[in-house]
Amino acid sequence: MSMKTFDTVTQSLINRAEAMGIETGINRLESQLPQCGFGQLGSCCRICYMGPCRIDPFGDGASKGVCGATADVIVCRNLLREEVGGAASHVGHARHVVLAFQKMLEGKAPGYKITDRNKLMDIASRLGIKTEDKSDIEIGKEIVGKALEDISNQNGEPMNWLKLSAQSREFEMWKEQGILISNAHNEIEEAMHRTSMGNDADPVNLLLACLKMGLVDGYAGLHMATDFHDILFGTPQITTVEANIGVLDKDKVNIAIHGHNPVLSEKILEWAFKMKEEAKKRGALDINVVGVCCTGNELTMRHGVPLAAHNLQSELVLITGAVDAMVVDMQCIWPSLAMIAECFHTKLITTEPFVKIPGAIHVPFDVEHADEEAKNIVMMAIDSFKERKGEDVHIPKEKSVGFVGFSVEAIVGMLKKIDSSDPLKPIVDNIVNGNIYGVVGFVGCPSIKLRDTFMTEKMTKELLKNNVLVVTTGCTAQICIQAGLMDSSATDKYCGEGLKTVLHALGKAAGFDVPLPPVWHMGSCVDNARIGTLLGALADRIGVKISQLPVAGSAPELVQEKAISIGTWFLALGLLVHIAPSPRILGSPVATNILTKDLENITGGKVYVELDPIKAAAGIISHIKHKRTELGI
Amino acid sequence: MKEIFIDIERCTACKSCEIACAVEHSLSKDLFSAIFENPLPVKRVYVEKAFLFSYPVKCMHCADAACIAACPTGAMHRNHEFGSVVVNNDKCMGCWMCAMVCPFGAIIPDYAVKTARKCDFCPDRLKEGGKPACVEACPTNTITFGEMKDLFKSKRLLSAERVAKAVLVQEDKEVTPLEMLRSIENI
Ligand code: SF4
Ligand code: SF4
Ligand code: SF4
Repeated sequence: MSMKTFDTVTQSLINRAEAMGIETGINRLESQLPQCGFGQLGSCCRICYMGPCRIDPFGDGASKGVCGATADVIVCRNLLREEVGGAASHVGHARHVVLAFQKMLEGKAPGYKITDRNKLMDIASRLGIKTEDKSDIEIGKEIVGKALEDISNQNGEPMNWLKLSAQSREFEMWKEQGILISNAHNEIEEAMHRTSMGNDADPVNLLLACLKMGLVDGYAGLHMATDFHDILFGTPQITTVEANIGVLDKDKVNIAIHGHNPVLSEKILEWAFKMKEEAKKRGALDINVVGVCCTGNELTMRHGVPLAAHNLQSELVLITGAVDAMVVDMQCIWPSLAMIAECFHTKLITTEPFVKIPGAIHVPFDVEHADEEAKNIVMMAIDSFKERKGEDVHIPKEKSVGFVGFSVEAIVGMLKKIDSSDPLKPIVDNIVNGNIYGVVGFVGCPSIKLRDTFMTEKMTKELLKNNVLVVTTGCTAQICIQAGLMDSSATDKYCGEGLKTVLHALGKAAGFDVPLPPVWHMGSCVDNARIGTLLGALADRIGVKISQLPVAGSAPELVQEKAISIGTWFLALGLLVHIAPSPRILGSPVATNILTKDLENITGGKVYVELDPIKAAAGIISHIKHKRTELGI
Repeated sequence: MKEIFIDIERCTACKSCEIACAVEHSLSKDLFSAIFENPLPVKRVYVEKAFLFSYPVKCMHCADAACIAACPTGAMHRNHEFGSVVVNNDKCMGCWMCAMVCPFGAIIPDYAVKTARKCDFCPDRLKEGGKPACVEACPTNTITFGEMKDLFKSKRLLSAERVAKAVLVQEDKEVTPLEMLRSIENI
């Protein structure tokens, strides 16, 4: 039996797994404990074969690696390599989408089209592309050219997407610090190079490289991916959805889409709709596409697809026995899924040539044949449903509802109904008068190490009580929606008086007969770009740097390297970034000091580690208070 | 009485036992706080290299302990609750006789406090019915903790198995039906 206790839905499926003798991450974590101290502190180096070298954190053993690297060097090199893992994931994701868009423009990917023409024109104009007398296709091709320059440029000029998306105050600050970037691929290459044996041994220089990697992630990853997603599939608008594993329906063909890239999941959704009749012929009521992880967030934001599970529940959603096919693309896909799917009739289908899992069925998905392949995959799910019939399924009943779709465009559109010439004014006024005491962006994953402490929920409730508005993305958003925090009823239940008043007024202005929820779902992990855009717009409207705003970021349940690089981008933007559990920096006094203190004098940002949810919320609130005082509000 | 058993063949020299030991002897007993304590906590187990092996050197809490016999002040003594050999710091005068006679080198002269430092068998953990920190931390079960009769029994079973396997793999030997059955059951 596992020693941890989770929310009822999660727990009931863990119990079912245990009763069936199926191993899950919870069991595997227990057999990993206690985990290696050197690893947790970041002070183990295995970059070359004179090592592995470990630095004794208690000063009673080795204080340097064989090559002479100190704990500071080892920790900072390791951190930069984590940043590379995260940034490469997002840049790779963005590149995939850009290339899909390019194929569409060339007429080679007939399954795709330009859905949001306004966004296309907006990005073209902000990139300085002349649009008169040009077709959308021509404009699109020029945009693609600008995007590809950001991974091919050798002239040292700042990246197009950075100039396009960052505010001038931050741009100037980065220029002054010498951390502007020109070509994301070069930065990734240089980071791997400088961290290999016998290169950069200056911890401060390495930490500056970490900040650069944060910018790589923010602009060549997050912003670029979100922009192309919106052009291809539409910019999200506010809507309501259902969430939790209870959205599975035993009488329907259940297709769980898992991973990150909507280029695949959009087509699966489209074909699931087109093939309803096939499913009915085989005895199903319908086809039920449900979202897991971030590709789930992508579909929920644009199409209101129900959100079945966050990353930690990706195994458990299979334990229901009700999933006919789980279709995955890239990132956060646990290898264990194949072993669990094997215990049921469930088909696990991998689609990316670089993401294969033994035991899964591999259907390589390429955008040129998107329609055939999506149809083929949906058909496999329908066939699998036939095999499932009669098998014992267990779908926990609990479901929640919530609002999703808070793109910056949707937020501004809503605010325009209050003040069409100065849409941000109502928000700014309420920040000034304290009704909105501050804003916190929650990002990242559910941590198997902290999930049983309800870290995210407790922190969020504590912040809401203190009139702090919460915006969130990724799997953290799924934790919030499952906890009912994105439902309008949460407003009266959890918010302080000021925030309550604002959300009631906004709900009315937006034309809903209920208040807006206090936690806003802004999308997938790459959609942290939307949080960046919102903060930039607010700072510009007030005429200050982002670092002066009464705001903060938090990765309350750190898991992925991607959260490290996103967090570093937030640090570069000048935010306080709360992180739990601790990033692997504590083995280095220099890294610990700079990241948690001195960085504040450089970008305005700093790391704040705290594992207790109530204390963490209090720490963030005191930071917001400090920022308010400095602004004189 | 439970005791420590060390299987040198399993140690990968990861030093997890060393870290766990220092953390256990810190004020906070938490890695992330312990590294900021002043003075820093110290370990009582040292992973040392011998040919291709590594071995976690620590006190074996000997039944007839040379260190107790050699100690002129009675500082080194037996804790009868856990059968462990421990130092009374108030009585220890730092003559290091114990360190000189210990055949394992398990005693470390601690010049900062002028007393002998050694494995104390993690009394806080044993009181709670737990295992010593190094035992719990070792990912390969190099260091195990249990009743000596069980520990030796499993060692004997292991030797029996080895001998049996060696017999089974003799290629030119004629295999009897009984041996055939055994080979199916046991391998
Ligand atoms: S790079 Fe230096 S510290 Fe790292 S493994 Fe090699 S010798 Fe050890
Ligand atoms: S310190 Fe050495 S002699 Fe004394 S009990 Fe431990 S191992 Fe035996
Ligand atoms: S923890 Fe175990 S394997 Fe690691 S060094 Fe200590 S005894 Fe060896």
